[in-house]
Amino acid sequence: MDGARPDDPVVLAAADLGRLMPLSLWVVPDGQIRAAGPTLARVCGPDPIEGARFLDRFELTRPRSAATMEEVRRLAGQRLQLRLRQGARTAFRGHLVALREDRGILVNLSFGIAVAEAVREHRLTSADFAPTDLTVELLYLTEAKAVVMDELAALNRRLRAARSAAETQAMTDALTGLANRRALDAALARAIEAAARGRRGFALLHLDLDLFKRVNDTLGHAAGDLVLLRVAEVLRAETRKHDTVARVGGDEFVVILPGQVDAGQIDAVAARIIAGLEAPIDCAGKPCRISGSIGATVSSHYAVPDAEAMLGDADAALYASKRLGRGRCTLFRPGTRLPADKRKPGRD
Amino acid sequence: MHGLVNRSIQCFLRDTYGPDVWAGVAVDAGFDPQGFEALELYDAAVTDAVLFAAARRLDKPREVLLEDVGIYLVGVEPLRRLLRFGGESYEDFLHSLDELPDRVHLAVSDLELPALALDATGPSRYRLCCVGPQPGFGFVFAGILRAMADDYGALALIEPGEAAGELETVAIELLDSSFAAGRDFALALPEAR
Repeated sequence: MDGARPDDPVVLAAADLGRLMPLSLWVVPDGQIRAAGPTLARVCGPDPIEGARFLDRFELTRPRSAATMEEVRRLAGQRLQLRLRQGARTAFRGHLVALREDRGILVNLSFGIAVAEAVREHRLTSADFAPTDLTVELLYLTEAKAVVMDELAALNRRLRAARSAAETQAMTDALTGLANRRALDAALARAIEAAARGRRGFALLHLDLDLFKRVNDTLGHAAGDLVLLRVAEVLRAETRKHDTVARVGGDEFVVILPGQVDAGQIDAVAARIIAGLEAPIDCAGKPCRISGSIGATVSSHYAVPDAEAMLGDADAALYASKRLGRGRCTLFRPGTRLPADKRKPGRD
Repeated sequence: MHGLVNRSIQCFLRDTYGPDVWAGVAVDAGFDPQGFEALELYDAAVTDAVLFAAARRLDKPREVLLEDVGIYLVGVEPLRRLLRFGGESYEDFLHSLDELPDRVHLAVSDLELPALALDATGPSRYRLCCVGPQPGFGFVFAGILRAMADDYGALALIEPGEAAGELETVAIELLDSSFAAGRDFALALPEAR
C-alpha cells in the first residue's frame, strides 16, 4: 500500500478536529470562526466563539500584528503569539496552516509557559487537554518541584539553626554564659574598627578577682564555680545590653564599654562592679567574700587603637590596682609609666 | 532507602502517635530522634529497624503500619494533589499507576519506587503488582489505593495479597466509581500560596 501524497486531502469532521486538537480554530476565508475546539470555546466564553470574527476576538502580537485575513494567511507556518481581546486577555502561542479548496485556515493554539494561570483562570481539568498534551505533566512537575523545594527549605532552616547554635556555643564561656576569649577578640576588633573610623570610642576594663584562689582552695571548686556565676551576674547587672562582658581566664574578665566614656564614668561603673563583688556570697551555707581589681583604658588615648596595646595597658593598670591594695580601679594614662608588671607577688 | 520514604514513616509516626512515640521508636531502632533528612539516602537496614521498633512499640503488625503510612500520605495535601494528577476518575488514576515511578523520577531523580503494573483481572477487578527489592511497598500502596478511592468518591475493595519473592500484589475491586462526591481537585492551585 502506498503512503499518502503530500497534497492528499484529509477529510475530518469539525467535531473530530476539536477532539483531536481541543485548542484549535477553523477560520473561513471571510474571517469568520467556523468551528472551535471545546477547550478553546470554553476559554473564549461566555460569548459563543463560533460565528465571531477571528480578528475581533484575537489579537496577534508576534511575529507581527495582522489587520486583515490576508495578513493572517501570510503568517502560515510561523510561530505565533496571540491573545484574547476580551475578558482575561489569555495569551496563547500557536501556528496556522491554510486549508485546501479555499476553505480558510486552521489555527492550533496552546497556553505556552503561562499555562498555570490559564488553567486556574478557566478551571480547566485534564479532560480539557488532548492525551498527547504534556500540559498536565508540566503542572504536576511544577507542584512536585515545589514539594521538594519546601523540603529543601526546611532542611536549610534546620541547618541554619544548628549553625547558629554551634556559633553561639563557640563564642560562649560554658560555665558563666558570658562571652569567651574568641568572642572578646571579635568584639574588640569591631570596637577598634569603629573607633579607627572615628565613629565612636570605647573603654576597656580588665577585671581580676581578689581572694578567689582562697575560695577555691578552702571551699573547693564547686564553691569556686558558684562564685564565678555570681560574678557573671554582677557584671551583667552593672553593664548595658550592648557592652561586651567576657571571661578570658579562670578568674579574669574583660568588659568593653562602647561610646564616649570619661574617667568619671569608668570609675562609677568600676565602683559598682566592685561593690557587687564584695557582697557576701552564700556558698552552701558558708559566706564567701571576694573582691576585684580593675585596670581600664580608653580608645581615645591612642592615635590608632590597637588590641594588643590596649589589653597590655589595661593589664598594667590592673596590676597597679593590685599593688595599691586591691578592690579598686586604675585608669591607664598615656605618658605615665605604670610600674612594670611583676605579676606573681601581687596577683589573686 | 531514600530519605523521603524514611521521612514519610517518621512523619506518620510523629503526627499519628506523637513526638514522644517517634523519639522512642528512633531510640529503640538505634537511630537519631532528630530524624531523617528528606534528600539523603539511608541504608535499607535503618528503615527495617525503624519499622520493626514501631511495630513492637505500638503492638501492631508491620503490614498494618505500612498500610496506615499509605493512608497517611494521601492525607498530606501536596501529596494528595500530586496523586490526583493521575487522572479525572479513580479508574484513570489506577491506570496511571504504571507511570508513577517515572513521574516520581521527574521530580526526585534518585527516588526509586518499585515497578508498578496494573492488570485487569475481570470486570471492575484489577491487580496491582509491585516489584522491587524492598518489601512492604505493596502494603503502602494498599493504603494509598484505599484512601484515594475515598478521595475520588469511589467505592472499592482493596486487599493486599501474599508476597512472592520480590512481587507484592494488591487486589482491587471497583464497586462504584461515583459512590460519593469525593474531594475537590483543581489542576492549578489557587494563586495565593
